[in-house]
Formats: sequence, structure tokens, C-alpha cells
Amino acid sequence: MTIRRGWAWLWMSLGFLYFFVPLLATFIFSLHGKRGVLSFIAYRHVFADPQFLATFTFSLQMALLTIVVGLTLIIPTVIYIHLRAPWAKPIVETFSLLPFVIPPIVLVFGLIRMYSGPPFNLVSSRGLLVAGYVVLSFPYIYRAVDAGLRAMDLRGLTEAAQSLGASWGTIMFRVVLPNMRVSLLSAAFLTFSIVIGELTLAVMLAWPAFGPYMALVGRDLAYEPAALAILSFLLTWGLIGLIQLASRSLAGQGSAVGGAH
Amino acid sequence: MAFLELEGVVKRFGRAAVVDGFCLAVEEGEFVSFLGGSGCGKTTTLRMIAGFESPTAGSIRIAGAEVTSVAPNRRGVGMVFQNYALFPNMTVRKNIEFGLKVARWRPAEIAPRVTEMLELIHMEELGERYPHQMSGGQQQRAALARALAVRPKVLLLDEPLSALDAKIRQRLRTEIREIQQKTGITTIYVTHDQEEALSLSDRIVVMQSGRIEQVGTPHEIYNRPATPFVASFIGNLNVLEATVLDATLGLLSVDGQEVRTAGPVSAAGPRVTLALRPEMLSLEEGSARANTLEGNLINIIFLGSIVRLVIAIGKHELILDRFNAPHFALPPLGSRVAVGFARDACLITGEREPVAAATP
Repeated sequence: MTIRRGWAWLWMSLGFLYFFVPLLATFIFSLHGKRGVLSFIAYRHVFADPQFLATFTFSLQMALLTIVVGLTLIIPTVIYIHLRAPWAKPIVETFSLLPFVIPPIVLVFGLIRMYSGPPFNLVSSRGLLVAGYVVLSFPYIYRAVDAGLRAMDLRGLTEAAQSLGASWGTIMFRVVLPNMRVSLLSAAFLTFSIVIGELTLAVMLAWPAFGPYMALVGRDLAYEPAALAILSFLLTWGLIGLIQLASRSLAGQGSAVGGAH
Repeated sequence: MAFLELEGVVKRFGRAAVVDGFCLAVEEGEFVSFLGGSGCGKTTTLRMIAGFESPTAGSIRIAGAEVTSVAPNRRGVGMVFQNYALFPNMTVRKNIEFGLKVARWRPAEIAPRVTEMLELIHMEELGERYPHQMSGGQQQRAALARALAVRPKVLLLDEPLSALDAKIRQRLRTEIREIQQKTGITTIYVTHDQEEALSLSDRIVVMQSGRIEQVGTPHEIYNRPATPFVASFIGNLNVLEATVLDATLGLLSVDGQEVRTAGPVSAAGPRVTLALRPEMLSLEEGSARANTLEGNLINIIFLGSIVRLVIAIGKHELILDRFNAPHFALPPLGSRVAVGFARDACLITGEREPVAAATP
């Protein structure tokens, strides 16, 4: 018993070190902006640059749009597949892996070729960027939604709701989605982290996004990129926390499900 | 006109007919069970009544209204599922409220109705619990209350007790029957458990391979099974092959020993199936008006209140049940015993051979 526990602790500490030592090192490095003393000067420089806030806000907007579009597109599809077309599951699963197989650079050239002339001249539209991001986050959203649906008795719950007179809208918003809260959050979380740091699509489609900004700063400066990395890390976690809080208060009673054990 | 009517209902998945020519008329307030093994089409039929499957052919009417192609949420049919299907994000109270809110009941009427339902299932104190905080039996009672709250025209139960353990199953069985009688709701109950069907139902529909084998009261189904399948499916049954010696006298031969039935045998062929319930047999020699078969005692199984003896008669093995008594002396294994049974204990369930081959 105690030996097994010892092993558990060992692995946990190893995991902890693996994730946090680099972060800590980056943080300490970022404090060396002034020779000989530890200071937050690098952070001050970052905040002083108007580009920082502008690019971060832009990427934040894109991330939220991607989450909304991705979820609205994928949730009904996966539910439909679960209930009506289980035969399509392997096909969609294979599809969902394509963004891993096809590099973003190929995707973006494809997008540019396809949409840079009539009949679809969309290269300068934000919609194309968001569409590209939706493709990139498709595997993560799909998997999270699929896992969420597998974890509940989707057919039983929808049929129970139907026999109680509920329409599809009611079933979705009162029964299915509240019971997928955790998996929807993780889908949102993953999408968010992908979009915030995304480089290729943003550069090739020429958008002032946070990813290109970080790359630029990393090329020209020494301590500021480290500070930026720490900041973006904290900001991302903070925003995830906000999403979680918001969804908890929105779901109301539903939040007690997880916490009632 | 009956309250719930199914007329020539057929359901095909691909080429295979899962339900074939299902006709049934259920009266208002009646409790009807669909009984059969897995894959007999009982659940598919239930799901067609609920609207979750649409029939390939035939029609379904509830209270005189044609509902064959009506969406499930507009049929006014309540459903209880094997795995409860309570909404995990809602308390029991919210679960029961769900249908009432969907039906736009006035808030002032919802609360008393929910309380009434909680009282009906004896769970007044558990209204604020979430499904995962309750036992399976409690969850299923909550699901029953949820289905009944909206006053559906018909209540459908799809093997509601199969996921529960034996003790709770029996208690809940009684409770379901009481609630059904109290509310007077027309109920269809799907089960593979003959004991449930026999103890709950006004009528039982025995199904096999998508077809109805027999419709009747539990008493009729048990005592006068119409087909060999019903006879073998309901209760334990000894099935013996017999040869007709004299059809008008009701004289048969089982492994060279004579058996007389209560009346003439109507079978056309020389070979029939003789079925005997284990509880109709005794270890005493029959009187002049009864039958006796001799055989070897090959096994004794102690089942608590019942002692089951297995007796070999020719190639057949006969099961004999008798109540246990402390002073009851059992014959030793391997000994020759006589099995007595009344003439009217004989169930002749059908010919073993086609009619054409009967007359020499």
C-alpha cells in the first residue's frame, strides 16, 4: 500500500518537475532584464509596447470566434452521428485526424489558392482565418465532444426528454449541453491555447496576431520574450478560469453535479 | 373501440422482419405485458408505440387518434427505461418538473404536482437529491414519477427492473402495480421475466421471432398455453414426446408406458408433445383415475422451499417439484420411482410432425 503510494508520488513529482522546471527557468530568466539585479523591467517593456495588447486582443477575439463557430458546427454533427448515423463514426474520426497529417502551411496555401480570386475573394477576410482555425482545432473539439457524449447515455436521455414532450431545442439546451459541461470546457480550452499561439496561418494570411508578435519579439530581444511567454501563460490560465466561472454560473444548478460528491 | 390499438404492425430492418403482423387492442386502464426472449421484437414494438421507431407497415392508434407518424414528443406517451435515463444535471424534483415545464404548466400548479408525485413514490425527502446520490431502485421510482407527472395517455415500461437486484426488483414490482392501479393508467410493460409478467399483468402477450404466440390472462397463459413455445417459455415444463394410441379416448404412450389425458386428443398425427408442469407431479402412484410413469431418480436439487427431483424416463428427463418438509424422506438416488399425475395435468401442445405425414 505505502509502496504503491510512494510510486504514485514519485511519478507525480516527476510530472510536476517536467512541466514546471522549464516554466520556472523561463520566469527566472525573464527577471534578469537589468544586469546584476532581479527586476520586472522586461515585463514593463512588454506592457509598454502597444503591439502587445493589440495583438493579444486580436488573437483573443479570433479564439472566441473559433470556439463559438467550432462548437456550433461540431456539437450537432457529433450528436447526429451518435444517434442516427453511427456508421459514419470511423469516417469522421479519420477526417478529424487530417489536420495532424496535413501541415498548417499546406492548409494555408490551399486556402490562399482557393479563396484569393473569384468567385470567393476571401483572403482578406477574418472569416477565412477563423475557418482555418476551426480546421486546426477540429480534432480537439471533435474528441472532447465525442468523449462527453460517450460519457452520458445520450440516446436514453434524449428519448426520455422526447417522451416528456421536449423539442430538440429544449433537449439540447436543458439536457445534452449541461451534461457535457466539462468536455465543452476542455474543447474550449484546447481551442483557445491553439489559437492564441498560432503562427503559420496568421503570418501567411497577414494578420496582426499574438503568435507572429511573439515570434517577432523573440527574434529581436532577449529577456522580453521570456516575460511574454510567462505573461501569455498566465493570461491564458486566467481566461480559462473566467470561462469556467462563467459557465458555472450560467449552468446554475448543473454545477452541483460535479461538486456534490 | 380499444384505447390503444396496433393493427398489422410490421417493422423491418433491411430484409429481416423484427416485428411481423402485430395486432393488439388494449383497453383503457389495462396492464399488458410483452413477454419473450431477447430479439423477439417486444422492445421494438414498444418503441414503435413510443414513436422512437416508425413501423414499416400497419397503424397505431391511441385514444382513437392515429399516431403512426406522430413525433414522439407529441404522442402523450410516458416512458420508463431500463437504465432510468434520469437527467444527471437535475435533482429528482427538477427531473419531475421537466415535463411539466415543457408542457407549460402554470408555476402554481407545478409545485403541488411534483410533491404529489414524490408522495406517490414515497420519496418526499429525496426531492433535492441528484440521481447519482440515489440507489438504482430510488432512481427508477423517480423515473416512474417523472413519466407519470405529465399525465400521459399510455405508460410504457421497457424492462424497468432488469438492472436491479432481486429483493428490490420484487418490492418495486409490487409498487409499480399499486401505482398503476391507483392512477388507472393504460400500461405496456416489456419484460423477459415470466414471473414479472405473470404477477403484474392483466394480460400477457407472449412473443417469439417478431410474432405474437399467445395473448391471454396470466392464468390462461400458464394453464392453457396455446403453442409449444408458450408452454416451454412460461414456467418450468417437462416436454415429452408421446405417441397417440387412441385419439378419442385420449390414450397416449410415453416410452412404452400408457398415459390418459382428460379428453380426446385433437392432434392429426400419431406423434404429439405432452407437457407436464413440475408442480403437478407427485411421487405417489396415481389412483385409477390418474396416470403413473416409472423411472429412475437421477438427481435431487434442494432449492429451499422446494425440492426438485430429476427422474429419467426412457430418453426423457422429468423434473418433479415438491414443497420441502423436514420429515420428508427422499428415495435414494438411482432407485426406481413412480411419478403420479392427474389426467388434466396433461398439456397436449401440438404435433411433432407435419399433418401430411400423419395418415399412413
